Amino acid sequence: MAAAARFLLKSAAYSKASINNITNGVYSGLGLTLLRLSPKCDPHARTQKRHAAHFTFQPDPTPTEYGQTQKMNLFQAITSALDNTLAKDPTAVIFGEDVAFGGVFRCTVGLRDKYGQDRVFNTPLCEQGIVGFGIGIAVTGATAIAEIQFADYIYPAFDQIVNEAAKYRYRSGNLFDCGSLTIRAPWGCVGHGSLYHSQSPEAFFAHCPGVKIVIPRSPVQAKGLLLSCIEDKNPCIFFEPKILYRAAVEQVPVEPYYTPLSQAEVLQEGSDVTLVAWGTQVHVMREVANMAQEKLGVSCELIDLQTILPWDTDTVCKSVTKTGRLLVSHEAPVTGGFAAEISSTVQEECFLNLEAPIARVCGYDTPFPHIFEPFYIPDKWKCFEAVKKMINY
Amino acid sequence: MAAAVFLKKFCRINLSKFVQNKNLYLKTRQSQCRSFRVNAALLQQPFDSADEKPQFPGASAEFVDSLEFIQPNVISGIPVYRVMDRQGQIINPAEDPQLPKEEVLNFYQTMTLLNTMDRILYESQRQGRISFYMTNYGEEGTHIGSAAALKPTDLVFGQYREAGVLLYRGFPLDRFMAQCYANADDLGKGRQMPVHYGSKEHNFVTISSPLATQIPQAAGAAYALKRENADHAVICYFGEGAASEGDAHAGFNFAATLECPIIFFCRNNGYAISTPTNEQYRGDGIAARGPGYGMMSIRVDGNDVFAVYNATKEARRRATAENQPFLIEAMTYRIGHHSTSDDSSAYRSVDEVNYWDKQDHPISRLRQHMVSRGWWDEEQERAWRKQSRRRVMEAFEQAERRLKPSLDLMFTDVYNELPPHLHRQRQDMWRHVKQHTEHYPLEQYDN
Repeated sequence: MAAAARFLLKSAAYSKASINNITNGVYSGLGLTLLRLSPKCDPHARTQKRHAAHFTFQPDPTPTEYGQTQKMNLFQAITSALDNTLAKDPTAVIFGEDVAFGGVFRCTVGLRDKYGQDRVFNTPLCEQGIVGFGIGIAVTGATAIAEIQFADYIYPAFDQIVNEAAKYRYRSGNLFDCGSLTIRAPWGCVGHGSLYHSQSPEAFFAHCPGVKIVIPRSPVQAKGLLLSCIEDKNPCIFFEPKILYRAAVEQVPVEPYYTPLSQAEVLQEGSDVTLVAWGTQVHVMREVANMAQEKLGVSCELIDLQTILPWDTDTVCKSVTKTGRLLVSHEAPVTGGFAAEISSTVQEECFLNLEAPIARVCGYDTPFPHIFEPFYIPDKWKCFEAVKKMINY
Repeated sequence: MAAAVFLKKFCRINLSKFVQNKNLYLKTRQSQCRSFRVNAALLQQPFDSADEKPQFPGASAEFVDSLEFIQPNVISGIPVYRVMDRQGQIINPAEDPQLPKEEVLNFYQTMTLLNTMDRILYESQRQGRISFYMTNYGEEGTHIGSAAALKPTDLVFGQYREAGVLLYRGFPLDRFMAQCYANADDLGKGRQMPVHYGSKEHNFVTISSPLATQIPQAAGAAYALKRENADHAVICYFGEGAASEGDAHAGFNFAATLECPIIFFCRNNGYAISTPTNEQYRGDGIAARGPGYGMMSIRVDGNDVFAVYNATKEARRRATAENQPFLIEAMTYRIGHHSTSDDSSAYRSVDEVNYWDKQDHPISRLRQHMVSRGWWDEEQERAWRKQSRRRVMEAFEQAERRLKPSLDLMFTDVYNELPPHLHRQRQDMWRHVKQHTEHYPLEQYDN
């Protein structure tokens, strides 16, 4: 199942460029040399250039309350969280495909050398095995941190997640549980990931009582939320926006700290429209809020949902009660997407306050395409258009 | 000129990167069992194809110069290990486990008690008193023989036809009944279908319906217990049908590559509901798959409780000492229907069932053995039957009289805490039920 990913990434991980290195594109050193030697092919030709990133990462204010900080990108913040966990919890183990040498996205670099090969190890290439194995570790009470190489390849483990992990505590009357299991997986679009390196499968799991689903937007938040997932007494799925692995850089506390689950964060207060998103899309929405302010004089309240399940209904409804309008945006396809859940709940709770229909700007109901990605994603222009319509309703 | 610059740049960036990664690669490879080293001497000598050795990292083998496919041996498969014959006579004294009389009596009484419980609960389902049941007829020997060879602290992962393991470990009859009746005494809080037993106290992980999911889980648990350095093994039971699931493949392969102290125990009873084994697989059963995963494997007579005991005992000893998985395939026959929702006469003959029930049954075989040693007679048999029947009936009647669990328990344990949305839904449920009490069987619940 993950064979395609391995093919793509083996070379990427060993050479300088990698699939998530959006600023440099995909030219490897050798490829670049060959391209430049070729008289007919100029890599700098305008028509050949890749599409620019669809968002601008904006760092959060540096947290001061947790002591010393260090400049980290998202993948380094993940490593830092894993490092903290292995240091303080002797039962904790990390496993998955290719995690031993540091992972295809470098999230586990150095951990095997520091903590030993019985704590950071490769598994056979089999997702249902990885999650089943992780459940088993967690059943004994040890901390299991499993990696699925791409969220796109989590489906072979769907049965183990939905029928097993999610229902372990309930079905046994709390005799047994796998609460110390965390599943991490790279998530979301990456510019050129096509069908199987771009997916956002959170809504499939949102229909499954018993698991928690968490998605961060930045390095600081990623570390705090991941540490909370690992400590949480329930099986958690932690999706890491892979486009931010290298692109997002900010000051991250070196010591462990915890960002609470099931709590949305109001990033920007506003009075006219509520914007809800998670992951990379929060950065898109932040730009939309600025555009709305500049071009329309509209004041947007920006909310990062952070936890998809169980989600923070109160924060979102409180905001919509104030603004009277709601736009939810996600990369995943619109039909059956999590925006539908938010939208219908808000409609039930805030019916008397709503001044316009709730808008959903999402991916289209197609597989995630390769060359059409710039047209597929719910970018700031599509979101801005929705805000404009809502204001004029 | 330009080319030279690029070449220099290429060398500086990429070669250093390559060397660095190559070192990393070698370092990780060194720790693995089958390390790959090109024979330097071989490279320098004059070429002679007869001296060539395969250098592929994926396997350790010789070259062969004639085309020959490996043929599976299914006609004369892995032999079936047995200790006593159908008359209960020890065949090879060297293999006699020489268990004390009390232990053998305990084997027999647990197997027959399970059989008595099966008969009563099966009938109670026929009368509509419980919703569902699955008997263990014909497989009692596999449960008791293997359970007896384990330590009580060893963790058990099962499928659903291993109630004898739990019974052997001392799980009370009341609790079996409570689970099937889903009453307020059920440790599982009445949430699962009957026969989905579990007990923390007896280290028996709660059964779930999805087949084979427990197999990789058991491997994971064994890995964690290995790290604890305690003398713990894990045993994982499954049927030959479940072995066709992808999870079985995952579990076997993970257990072998990650060196887990685990015993995979396959109950090959010939059927997966209506599907006979020739529609389930074409190899030499399940045992033949073990070596393919690099796993020590054996096939035993599942109707011979001593053979099962011996194999499990040795597998446990070696699994914990050597941190490696073992596979035991116990050949047996599913005498009962698959479940109370199945009529097995629709797909197999009564004669076939009768052979196993009357002529090769684990209980009767052990009885003959005990009688031949003077440890058991007709009178003891009659008295024990009466006593076991009374014990089961007492537990049964008590379970039937008990109320169902509190309705509040429908919402707890989804998560370790009660999230706000579930709290609201529970309040909504109560509000609704109280307004419409006449439509709901509230009086049957312990609220």
